Amino acid sequence: MSTIPNDLRYAASHEWVRPEGDGVFTIGITEHAQDLLGDMVFVDLPDVGDQVNAGDDVAVAESVKAASDVYTPITGEVLAVNEELEDSPELVNSDPYGDGWLFKIKADDVAEVDELLDAEGYAASIEDDE
Amino acid sequence: MVDFHGWDMPLHYGSQIEEHHIVRQAAGMFDVSHMTIVDVTGNQAKDYLRYLLANDVDKLKDKGKALYSGMLNDDGGVVDDLIVYYFDATNYRMVVNSATREKDMNWLLKQTEGFEVTVTERPEFAMIAVQGPEAKAKAAEVFSNAQNEAVAGMKPFFGVQAEDLFIATTGYTGEAGYEIMVPVEKAPDLWQQLLDAGVKPSGLGARDTLRLEAGMNLYGQDMDETISPLEANMGWTITWEPADRNFVGRAALEAQREQGTKKLVGLVMTEKGVLRAGLNVKTAEGEAGIITSGTFSPTLGHAIAMARIPATNSSTVEVEMRKKWVKVEVVKPSFVRNGKSVL
Repeated sequence: MSTIPNDLRYAASHEWVRPEGDGVFTIGITEHAQDLLGDMVFVDLPDVGDQVNAGDDVAVAESVKAASDVYTPITGEVLAVNEELEDSPELVNSDPYGDGWLFKIKADDVAEVDELLDAEGYAASIEDDE
Repeated sequence: MVDFHGWDMPLHYGSQIEEHHIVRQAAGMFDVSHMTIVDVTGNQAKDYLRYLLANDVDKLKDKGKALYSGMLNDDGGVVDDLIVYYFDATNYRMVVNSATREKDMNWLLKQTEGFEVTVTERPEFAMIAVQGPEAKAKAAEVFSNAQNEAVAGMKPFFGVQAEDLFIATTGYTGEAGYEIMVPVEKAPDLWQQLLDAGVKPSGLGARDTLRLEAGMNLYGQDMDETISPLEANMGWTITWEPADRNFVGRAALEAQREQGTKKLVGLVMTEKGVLRAGLNVKTAEGEAGIITSGTFSPTLGHAIAMARIPATNSSTVEVEMRKKWVKVEVVKPSFVRNGKSVL
């Protein structure tokens, strides 16, 4: 059973969202997702300043097994990307909720996050997958 | 764990990439008990194998020497690829793939017609491959004195029976090491002793990236019954001379050689992204090919692949990746040997 922190929100497509205040949200992929993908070899991130809509595929997590699209669960502007992943994509495996974060979004509408799954909802959704 | 042709096998024991590096830099081991071991014995064992295989066992003069060969059908397609060990002209051992076990056994038995030969499967053996620059030294800690004596100075591609182990200097990684056949009931103990000697377990994932870096084919992926060895970088395993040696598929191969065939080449892409099996390839002349095996090479830090393509005069081809055509370099299908890049 993988870890699903209670203080985060989730998309059924396996992204997590952490509110950082001031309408800023950090986004990454869940421990469950990295476990499915296996060792990460490249992470293709959006450009800082990109305007993105919830549900857009904005990043690619490429592992030894497969290339997987990452969708932004939040509409807004890309404020920052995790440049560490350029040289150390394995951070997504070793610390998916911490150093392995992917990008930060300045939300157009902070209420959007309330529509996402909570930890319990996400846990239920991955059980349905199995 | 995955179901690998009826065998439960681990893709990795933690991290596929770490296991890959351990084999390149130290010593890893693979449980390859799924491989099928077949003994070929009898007065006409040699004649039978000279007919069955595209490579010629007549080349084998030294006891224990091994030969890699394709076993072809009448159309020149590869029924399987295998290693055959020579003990004497009436006694050989073959190691064939597991995916093709039933088909192989049927084929082997069918071809015995007219030969005084016995084909015996040996399921009572498990097999452990110990691979890497430190593999031999670590295995030596586990072997008995007699076993160490038996393998002392043994050249690559030889095998020897030493007490209850059959120890061969073969492998599927491009590193030094052994493939060890061990009676099934003794396999867990041997595995544990190797583990205690510091050999790290490695899974199917690392096995695939290691063999691909070494430019070794995977049956069912890089070739199969519909593919000629000439299209699978196995031309070197066909022994054409003497011209009067008839072997299964010979007539078809001669016609293919005359006509020319597609070739299995290596591809290298240094940009971000991973070349994967099934991706479309286009030559500079506009002709279509396909990637048969592709991966991220942990040793090189970029993508490598094997692709079957029509003849081309260019040193690059294009690969269709996520709707875009990306230019990649064409090389010989061999990327890493003994821990180092050969590009």
